Amino acid sequence: MSDLLAARAQMAISLGFHIVFAAIGIALPALMVFAEARALRGGNPVYREIAKAWARGAAIFFAVGAVSGTVLSFELGLLWPAFMERAGPLIGLPFALEGFAFFTEAIFLGVYLYGWERVPPAAHLAAGVLVAASGAASALFVLAVNGWMNAPTGFTLGPDGAFEDVDPLAALANPFWIPNTVHMLIGAYQATAFGAAGIHAAALLRDPQHLFHREALRIVLFVAALTSILQPLSGDVNARRLHELQPSKLAAMEGQFATEACAPLRIGGWPSLTEQRTRGALEIPCGLSLLVARDPNARVLGLEAFPENERPDPRPVHAAFQIMVGIGSLLALLGVWGAWVAWRHAPRIAEHRRLLALLVVAAPLGFVAIEAGWVVTELGRQPWIIVGHMRVAEAVTPMPGIAVSLALYTLIYLGLAAIVVQLMRRQVRGVASWPPEDGS
Amino acid sequence: VTELADLLAAAMLLALIAYALSGGADFGGGVWDLLASGPRAAAQREAIAHAIGPIWEANHVWLIAVVVLLFAGFPPAFAEIATRFHIPLSLLLVGIVLRGSSFVFRSYDAPDARLRWGRVFAISSTFTPVLLGVLIGALSLPPAAAASVSFRALYVDPWLQPFPLLVGLFALAQFAFLAAVYLSVESDGLLREDFRRRALGSALAVAVLGVGVAALASATSPSFAADLLGEGTSLALVSVTALVAGAAFALLWRRRWVAARLCAVAQVALILLGWGLAQHPYLVADSLTLHEAAAPPRVLRLLLIAFACGSALLLPALAYLLRTFKGSLLGPASAHDAATRVKGAGCGTDRMVE
Repeated sequence: MSDLLAARAQMAISLGFHIVFAAIGIALPALMVFAEARALRGGNPVYREIAKAWARGAAIFFAVGAVSGTVLSFELGLLWPAFMERAGPLIGLPFALEGFAFFTEAIFLGVYLYGWERVPPAAHLAAGVLVAASGAASALFVLAVNGWMNAPTGFTLGPDGAFEDVDPLAALANPFWIPNTVHMLIGAYQATAFGAAGIHAAALLRDPQHLFHREALRIVLFVAALTSILQPLSGDVNARRLHELQPSKLAAMEGQFATEACAPLRIGGWPSLTEQRTRGALEIPCGLSLLVARDPNARVLGLEAFPENERPDPRPVHAAFQIMVGIGSLLALLGVWGAWVAWRHAPRIAEHRRLLALLVVAAPLGFVAIEAGWVVTELGRQPWIIVGHMRVAEAVTPMPGIAVSLALYTLIYLGLAAIVVQLMRRQVRGVASWPPEDGS
Repeated sequence: VTELADLLAAAMLLALIAYALSGGADFGGGVWDLLASGPRAAAQREAIAHAIGPIWEANHVWLIAVVVLLFAGFPPAFAEIATRFHIPLSLLLVGIVLRGSSFVFRSYDAPDARLRWGRVFAISSTFTPVLLGVLIGALSLPPAAAASVSFRALYVDPWLQPFPLLVGLFALAQFAFLAAVYLSVESDGLLREDFRRRALGSALAVAVLGVGVAALASATSPSFAADLLGEGTSLALVSVTALVAGAAFALLWRRRWVAARLCAVAQVALILLGWGLAQHPYLVADSLTLHEAAAPPRVLRLLLIAFACGSALLLPALAYLLRTFKGSLLGPASAHDAATRVKGAGCGTDRMVE
């Protein structure tokens, strides 16, 4: 395995691992705060128990997310030193701001987890709100960096291609920043809501009378439904921006080889490099042109419009994009159905066993969609690390033997994943029946 | 540019000192977990877990602050450090991952698994500070004239040397000392005596290793040693540091807990300050200065503003966290708090959610 491939694989594994923990670390605090607020406003005391249970989950995911995020901040230099040397002045500021958001999150998570009996209820709730808000802020800053890699702004080019007149604020405000952040945040809430829904649904299938799981399920189903409706709208904004700013990625996502007007929307299919077309897709005539330009006759650039050594490989990008969109569509249906049942038939939600079973099956899908989305955006950026200015191959560390560190990190991440799964099972099994049988 | 770069370097040094004082002590706690012994071994471990629990994640972020300021403010230095010290940095990360995750796993796993996670936590807490010290020491080691371009010459020799390794052990002793001092303030009775003995013992180790580091520095890195032990302010600083270290020892001996903690904190801060001054103007000894590595002034200015505003927001929050769980920083934790803290033995990790 070449060092470049090993470095890319290590980065992919690190990011792919971290993103699950980051997403849950962002979304679970929001859910727990919501439950605690309901308890404080005189709701059923079970909400306080729900908040505590979700806080335990948040603690585990945040801790592992914090250390895996630390690894990433070093890995940027360990694997891509030339990139950091060149981009550091432009993207350092959002990383610094992210550091402060992370700091806020860590401080108030400490207060929240250990302060149930030590700080007044309102201060406790406020600590939770700060955890949830700073988690979202972290996403905002990190995605500013990723957006910049795809649409670099905030500099002029010197005669030797160096970045001059660098303006970190302009780099921060790159055109992908806000649309990508919104898409990721909704995805984080959505995936976490469906993940939690699956867990609580599984518990209800075993014990339909369990008030704790029933109320927890109701909360997450509303979040699931809301995010599932919003996410396609956010995706549409992103696709249109890609059409304007990064058409090579859009072409790879859609398996669009030829530049054409009235480009079809392809559902499924497999891009064939030898035939230079996507085979076996269900094609909706003019659908892509209509979606990305709001005009059925709009011209959409295909991969052929780009020099051969500047094209992303459409095969994984198109496939991952189909997976993401497919899951998004399924979850939208399931979320709306679930929220309807939770709203209209709240006390008897456990009788809808087919819904519960589907929720269990769908539990991991949101995370699969997040991973697929990152495959789309990262592989769709290839061969660039800074689009138009620096190739991934130019950025990789000169140190040989990266395969060794790839193996080491892979082992660690696999081990951590297995342990977290086992711990979560333990946490879920440990939830007492409600109301408590011993009357305490 | 020079002033801005110096200011940002000072901010990084402050963050590094904060990390040593907080995160460093958390690692030191893990060392005492590993070395817990005697009839109160379990209570010692419990007190350590209890002291670290609410704060270690916030403490850990100081390290991120250092790294982020480094790569944002001095990008070529980050690139060079991350390349030349790839191996110790990777090992450091492994230690950080194992320490953090095993600590939280220990809190949430089945009782019979907790012992195992405690081991992982204790062992990773012990080797991680050594790597931190190795990196600090390696930054002060002038690069050897590259005799070859072999893997070893490029990626191993720059750090696998007696001097960085000794600095690594020094850092380990220092962190263990800090932790023992903090723990003696936060516990009472026989447990407090346990930690006092450990603090006194590790203070002696710090003294011996400190002299060793200075001696080896003179032998292997004369320019750095000259800056560290030379005339004027730096020599005065070293003398003050030695005095403060002596005072910390004497105060511990006389069981003046809070004053001893103040001196221990001052001692560690002064050592890092002395290192920073001796290192100046170099970021990487004899090879890359702050000035050469600095990002454009506009970037430095923004980073300084971000650092100032961020600190203004965060320090009160941090003070709130510490006051909530540690009592007043200048006075002893209230007797009641200390008692509940230590008597929480056996259920400390469950208490957080009850």
